[in-house]
Amino acid sequence: MIKETVKQALQDLFPDPPPVVEELVAEAAAEGEEEKKPAKKKEEPRINGVIERDHAAHGYDIDVQLEPGQLLAAVMILDKTGFFLESVTGVDWIKEDQLESVYDFSRFDFDVCRVVIRTRTSRSEPKVPTISKIYPGAGWHERETHDFFGIKFEGHPHLIPLLLPEDADFHPLLKDFKP
Amino acid sequence: MSGPIHIRPDETFTLNVGPQHPATHGVLRVKMEMDGEYIVKAETVLGYIHRMHELMGENRTYPQVLPNLSRLDYLGALGYTHGHVLAVERAAGIEVPERAEYIRAITVELNRVASHLFWFGAFVMDLGGFTPLMYAIEDREHILDMLEAVTGSRLTYCYYRFGGLYNDVDDDFIAAARAFIPRMRKSLKKYDALVTGNIIFRKRLEGIGPISAEMCRKYGATGPVARGAGLDFDVRKNEPYSVYPEFDFDVPVYHECDSLARYKVRMDEMEQSLRIIEQGLDKLPDGPIMPKKKPKLIKPPVGDYYQAVETARGSFGIRIVSDGTKNAYRFKLRSPTYSNMSLFDEACEGMMIMDALAMMGSLDLVIPEIDR
Repeated sequence: MIKETVKQALQDLFPDPPPVVEELVAEAAAEGEEEKKPAKKKEEPRINGVIERDHAAHGYDIDVQLEPGQLLAAVMILDKTGFFLESVTGVDWIKEDQLESVYDFSRFDFDVCRVVIRTRTSRSEPKVPTISKIYPGAGWHERETHDFFGIKFEGHPHLIPLLLPEDADFHPLLKDFKP
Repeated sequence: MSGPIHIRPDETFTLNVGPQHPATHGVLRVKMEMDGEYIVKAETVLGYIHRMHELMGENRTYPQVLPNLSRLDYLGALGYTHGHVLAVERAAGIEVPERAEYIRAITVELNRVASHLFWFGAFVMDLGGFTPLMYAIEDREHILDMLEAVTGSRLTYCYYRFGGLYNDVDDDFIAAARAFIPRMRKSLKKYDALVTGNIIFRKRLEGIGPISAEMCRKYGATGPVARGAGLDFDVRKNEPYSVYPEFDFDVPVYHECDSLARYKVRMDEMEQSLRIIEQGLDKLPDGPIMPKKKPKLIKPPVGDYYQAVETARGSFGIRIVSDGTKNAYRFKLRSPTYSNMSLFDEACEGMMIMDALAMMGSLDLVIPEIDR
């Protein structure tokens, strides 16, 4: 139930391309997953939008990719519908020269719905707005992600190393990190 | 410097709890700004035992990471290794024989009881009662012996494999587990009589250390912390995995939101775990413990995969981003106490320090699991 509501609400964040095109993208992605063979075609960067995933195969239901500017609006939708923050993390896509921040959300009730929000920035200027104003629990997660990837969460009240030493100037989970 | 230090009535002072402090159960440091005995502001400092398991997960092949997961939480390690094997099995599409899943559930629940027992002893010791720890450790010893016989280790288990188990259980284990259940039930009654009604114990916990349901949501607190705040949330029920749908068990929920509620949740959970073990032993099917068809080299298809499990401390999540090679591209561990502890800074404001430490005990911290 909640899945449809949230999906629609998140879908509304993307005025263009129009929803019809969005559906086609989603279907194409779903088909691509079903055939398990590694696709020979050149991998194209994913277009921003909402994709519904198979929970049994992936472990989550809704997968949203958006611009950093849309992040707060999306998180507010989830906050209003009663999601809790599971974790914040990053992924370094060095080939595409991008850093991805990943936000996991889940629910306390029996209406299972896991939402993943991802947003990509360039590796040279990784700046994402903080969501710690909406979810205070994100404070630690964002500090950890800043430690490991160097993603700057703008507006974070206390962005100092959490798990790494206080004078650490390296980011160990970047793919070009050399110990 | 000579003479006593004088503090003006409106002046606060900073108190360092930890990194080495008996009440923090590990190397955790809390910088507290104190006004007399009251906490004005607290800041938790982490990272003293940070080992970067997530990078190890990227540098090693999938099977090589197996032992790492039990180094997170040394009290309830099997829950974490369970999450890991389930995540990789989901990613690589490996089938698990039913017998293996049943044995996994039985051993995880035994480990959960062991973890809660140790927490119970240590928690009461935090509050000044030393005797229950001795009783609890004696009971826990039986579980550790049982698990040692089948897994080969007492704390840092590496028992599960992708697709099954490393070792089948024998009749001795089953007999020992069956004998343990009535013994533990008797012990639980004993603990209840010894501790729960104790007036000092109750005065230290009742109505103290409030953590509301809304706070749990904002900070992502799960496990007994959330269930003590009236949230009926247990990953085993809410998002069933493994063979848990086959078992008949209840999720204890208390609505008081205080330290005592979190204590009661864990004590009730032990009884529910015993029920699961009992049913698991009754239903334990015969058959292989490893699948016949299993890929030699584990290479999950490109994509990302998430798996959540209920460990003794709460919802443990693992995210594997695969690029189709034998190493994970990204290996994220979401540890429950990390989120549970993050609310401490806000929750302890304005509390007396001894109450705050009692509340910290009720969060059931295992520091290597926070720092990873």
